Amino acid sequence: MPLQGTCREIDDVAIIDFSGKITLGEGSAMLRKTIRELIAQGHRKILLNLADVDYIDSSGIGELVGAYTSVRGASGELKLVYLTKRVRDIIQITRLFTVFDVQPDEAAALRSFR
Amino acid sequence: MAPPIQRLEVTLDTELESVDLAEGIVMRVAEAAGFDEDEVHKLGMAVREGVVNAYNYGNAQDRQKKILLTVEFEQDQMVVHIVDEGSGFELEDVADPLAEENLLRTSGRGIFLMKAFTDELAVRRGRTGGADLRMCKRLPTRNVDGCGR
Repeated sequence: MPLQGTCREIDDVAIIDFSGKITLGEGSAMLRKTIRELIAQGHRKILLNLADVDYIDSSGIGELVGAYTSVRGASGELKLVYLTKRVRDIIQITRLFTVFDVQPDEAAALRSFR
Repeated sequence: MAPPIQRLEVTLDTELESVDLAEGIVMRVAEAAGFDEDEVHKLGMAVREGVVNAYNYGNAQDRQKKILLTVEFEQDQMVVHIVDEGSGFELEDVADPLAEENLLRTSGRGIFLMKAFTDELAVRRGRTGGADLRMCKRLPTRNVDGCGR
């Protein structure tokens, strides 16, 4: 299933509920476009809900890293929540748990934004 | 249980669609060979990364060039070759994506994932000078019982 995302806001946190695959092509391009638009709109607290992302490849992982550095570059924070096992495994073996702020649930994520 | 096929060869166009196609073919063969769901997924992903590598780097998205995918069974393992028409590369020259200085790079994890998801990964020079990625995965135990090896 191609990647789809819907955006909602709680307080000043933009939460994007993604579903589908983050892979080379449309999936990674869609993620990049979404993050760029959020930054352009002035959002600096971004939470990616990956509960329905069942597949990510190296291009998708690269795109997540790009999203992280873009938001950090704009003096913002990007966090992840509800990782599926496959996404968690990939983030684990690529050592990106040391980079990404992965939150246990949405409430904790919202509290963690400064 | 004997492997479903002995050898399968597919010539793929240098197009993004070939990535999903190759992954799907290898996953179906792996499933028929008796790999469990998790191993089928890992093999499929390793092949996806291999074809992405051929598409992006080997053939540099040149539609005139082809990608050759071969799946075969050798003794107790399934072997996949992905051959491009680029200029080849050496595994030793690939930067370690786990190194601290590389963690924030947005690319360079494909080879690492291929290694992680297969039992063996080797790169040789193909007949046309491009890279010949060879990845192996041992067959599930029940498939090698009674093979006489």
